[in-house]
Amino acid sequence: MIRYMWAIVRRDLLLVARQPAEMINPLVFFLLVIALFPLGVSPEAALLSQTAAGVIWVAAMLATLLSLELLFKLDHDDGSLEQLLLAPYPSWSLVLAKVFVHWLVSGLPLILISPLIATMLFLPSHAVPTLMLSLLIGTPTLSLLGAIGAALVTGVRGGGMLLTLLILPLYVPVIIFGASSVAAAAQGMAIGGYMALLAAMFVFALMITPWSAGSALKL
Amino acid sequence: MSFTPSFDVHLLCTSALACERDSRVLYNDLNFVVKPGHLWHVKGRNGAGKTTLLRQLAGLHPVDTGEVLYSNNSIKMIYIGHKLGLKEQLTADENLCWLAGLDGSSTQSQRYAALEHVGLRGYEENPVAQLSAGQKRRVALARLHLCKADVWLLDEPFTSLDQQGIIDEIDWLRQHTRAGGAVLMTSHQDINLPNVKILDLGQYSPLLGECLPDKGSSII
Repeated sequence: MIRYMWAIVRRDLLLVARQPAEMINPLVFFLLVIALFPLGVSPEAALLSQTAAGVIWVAAMLATLLSLELLFKLDHDDGSLEQLLLAPYPSWSLVLAKVFVHWLVSGLPLILISPLIATMLFLPSHAVPTLMLSLLIGTPTLSLLGAIGAALVTGVRGGGMLLTLLILPLYVPVIIFGASSVAAAAQGMAIGGYMALLAAMFVFALMITPWSAGSALKL
Repeated sequence: MSFTPSFDVHLLCTSALACERDSRVLYNDLNFVVKPGHLWHVKGRNGAGKTTLLRQLAGLHPVDTGEVLYSNNSIKMIYIGHKLGLKEQLTADENLCWLAGLDGSSTQSQRYAALEHVGLRGYEENPVAQLSAGQKRRVALARLHLCKADVWLLDEPFTSLDQQGIIDEIDWLRQHTRAGGAVLMTSHQDINLPNVKILDLGQYSPLLGECLPDKGSSII
């Protein structure tokens, strides 16, 4: 089964390497949203440092959503999803492999540039490690939860909007605790509780979503 | 070869298999046995349910009424449908690599040999997007030579192949069945092989509007 998942991961990474736009688009979107925010609201350092945590988290969520629709859709359209499902392995392993690549391509780059973004938005520098840690736990959760929606709208024409409606409610707790952890760290408060909750949500998503998205794919 | 070359065991069979789509019964009470060496030619008019039947046998379409029984869990099948399951951005060789990697492994020389077998020598490193429709079909068919399987489920495998390609493919079907494999295929073209068995879905389609017994009450 490891070899099966590895075959999927390798293929998807190869596809990303052939079409780097897929990787760069969510990142550019993330940067643009964050760069536009001070223009629209206020460039004042005091206000920005207060709102930075929320802005970064919402932008990260939108960037994740942007690339989710295609998670299974391209495979469905060219028939390779059929071939993946025909292999004699449980469908959750397929979902897990696809989600891993999705996170590697859309989540990890966000984490890596988040210190830069934090500086842009005047987030106190002692809150940056918390920001990175919360994104590290939170973005895989976003990808995992999104896989359910992506699996459900596979094969539906124009499923992008439907996907957003399905998934956004599930993202609410992740956003709340992700953003609050960074805000707490900026004010010098303890973050242990937030991190524990984020980690709990990640573990819960890891257990539930591959299985349920896999079942949805078979419909 | 992974299968036992004994010719009296069955590979898969169906028992009272039926299919209903949009409250229209496509076929009903379908019973047949696929044994090693069989070549089933599934026939029927457009919309008779040929593709659905192959998908049900492959496990891609839910079976609501009746049963599909496999001889054991380790029976290996290759399904090649209308959508070929190839990634356009990847080369022919890379596509075969991931397809074979789903359940087993392959070396580059094996993949090159399979591509040469289907007449694509020299195209191994071309992106599939650059190939013609017939060549794409050949890349998909190269899997038949790369991955050993007991049962081939082929949906219109002659589509967009040239005349020589069809002759070659019929020869592969002959070799596969002779070696103890089985083939179920749909085609509107006649296959000139002595051991072809015809499964005409038209004979299993009930009158229009008739319903499956257990669902009959829901529709007047």
